[in-house]
Amino acid sequence: MTPLLSVQGVTKHYGARLGCGDVNFDLWPGEVMGIVGESGSGKSTLLSCLSGQLPPDAGKVVFDTRADGPRDVLTMSEPERRMLARTDWAFVHQNARDGLRMGVSAGGNVGERLMAVGARNYADIRAQAIDWLGRVEISEDRVDDRPRAFSGGMQQRLQIARNLVTGPRLVFMDEPTGGLDVSVQARLLDLLRGLVREMGLSAVIVTHDLAVVRLLADRLMVMKGGRVVETGLTDQVLDDPQHGYTQLLVSSVLQV
Amino acid sequence: MTEQAYNFAYLDEQTKRMIRRALLKALAVPGYQVPFASREMPMPYGWGTGGVQVTAACLTPEDRLKVIDQGADDTTNAVSIRKFFERTAEVETTEHTAEATVIQTRHRIPEQPLGEGQILVYQVPIPEPLRFLEPRETETRKMHALEEYGLMHVKLYEDIAHNGAISTAYAYPVKVEGRYVMDPSPIPKFDNPRLESAAIQLFGAGREQRIYALPPHTRVVSLDFEDHPFEASKADHDCDLCGCGTSYLDEVITDDAGGRMFVCSDTDFCASRQADGHRGALSPQEELA
Repeated sequence: MTPLLSVQGVTKHYGARLGCGDVNFDLWPGEVMGIVGESGSGKSTLLSCLSGQLPPDAGKVVFDTRADGPRDVLTMSEPERRMLARTDWAFVHQNARDGLRMGVSAGGNVGERLMAVGARNYADIRAQAIDWLGRVEISEDRVDDRPRAFSGGMQQRLQIARNLVTGPRLVFMDEPTGGLDVSVQARLLDLLRGLVREMGLSAVIVTHDLAVVRLLADRLMVMKGGRVVETGLTDQVLDDPQHGYTQLLVSSVLQV
Repeated sequence: MTEQAYNFAYLDEQTKRMIRRALLKALAVPGYQVPFASREMPMPYGWGTGGVQVTAACLTPEDRLKVIDQGADDTTNAVSIRKFFERTAEVETTEHTAEATVIQTRHRIPEQPLGEGQILVYQVPIPEPLRFLEPRETETRKMHALEEYGLMHVKLYEDIAHNGAISTAYAYPVKVEGRYVMDPSPIPKFDNPRLESAAIQLFGAGREQRIYALPPHTRVVSLDFEDHPFEASKADHDCDLCGCGTSYLDEVITDDAGGRMFVCSDTDFCASRQADGHRGALSPQEELA
């Protein structure tokens, strides 16, 4: 079996400062990878490099494409990469406003990716949009409302629906639960876990919230100062942290 | 200053050459927006500065010019642009569509089909069809380059979702020769089918500094959905002056008690029909013979 995403020696410098250094990992189909670390540890930089939004200084990001097998995303032409970004990939932003079109109705937001890959039948597009709104627990009568009229949690769920409607194989998530209150976070996590398992998605989730990775991620990567300091199965890393920073991180979680 | 102080058709020869180069490029790549160095014109933006520059670059002393605004020959915009070229280019002008070699228009295509050898120049306020969906110009250019036009259908989707039908009635987006999506300037969608024409069609946007074009007989398809096809709509009425049932109509309010009449928006078309003896519901009574 080939890994869905193979990251080899990805390095990004901001001037003399290290963004992320020499990151290697393989992501297998159906696997969810968590990346945790403090603010400024390079996890968002890494995610941008992986998703083709930021060209890294060195390294390879090899994605197993449907048509041509494993290919380095970074050497792909821009049209190919953009095509990938709206079919096989999805990107869930921390702030739903970055990932949604705020002036377009919920149905239009979900339908945009369908229309971008050539759907031209209004009734079909609308039926799929309503189906997906249902899956993320947004009721059908909100389909023509703009995201402005939605709560933060609903916006985030709408963003997820919009991303998953074309059946991507790899989802990048940047702090998907950031900025939401705890009960909404719990529901969102529950929903995400269901969708990921049901659709057999692979995902790379960046977060600083250990509870999120505990629930969602199969494997964990801990970053500090742009370097990966520890990797392993999620439960293994969280229950028996080896690196000093990971120990600090795990012991810093507030207990109620 | 006398008229002789101006170069022929106001613009200097270098500027006209620059505009002609942009026009040739635009004709070579139908629907593609070619940037050009738009000049200040002696009229405000929004009054057809782009169209005037394109017309100036196309005019020769032998040309016969017609200028229309919303189909009418006698509105302020049309009259002042016509006068402008009468003074600066001393070309003949006409109100008859068939006699004109160059027609500058704002928001309409003349009812009478245009033929080979005629040039139709449009005044365009906003050339970018994706503008209100994607405000970043860098991004829209990339979308044109990569032919990513899914977003255009999002607009039509929104129309149907909110109004039950495609309610975009003017500036209805079209796809040119299966490649570029183009804003046909704010002509009513009634005129869209007539964008496929034997005449050369040039579009000038002065403020936005863009020129684009449709060569004769270019394939122009209005975007739509399979289950909500494009429909060229007009007011469901006949012209009250000439009785024509197929022309595009203006609604004219005649009093403050709900009185109204519908008249052809193309004044030349309406006048020539009336001269041929056609009468509408509100035409003056014929003189008793």
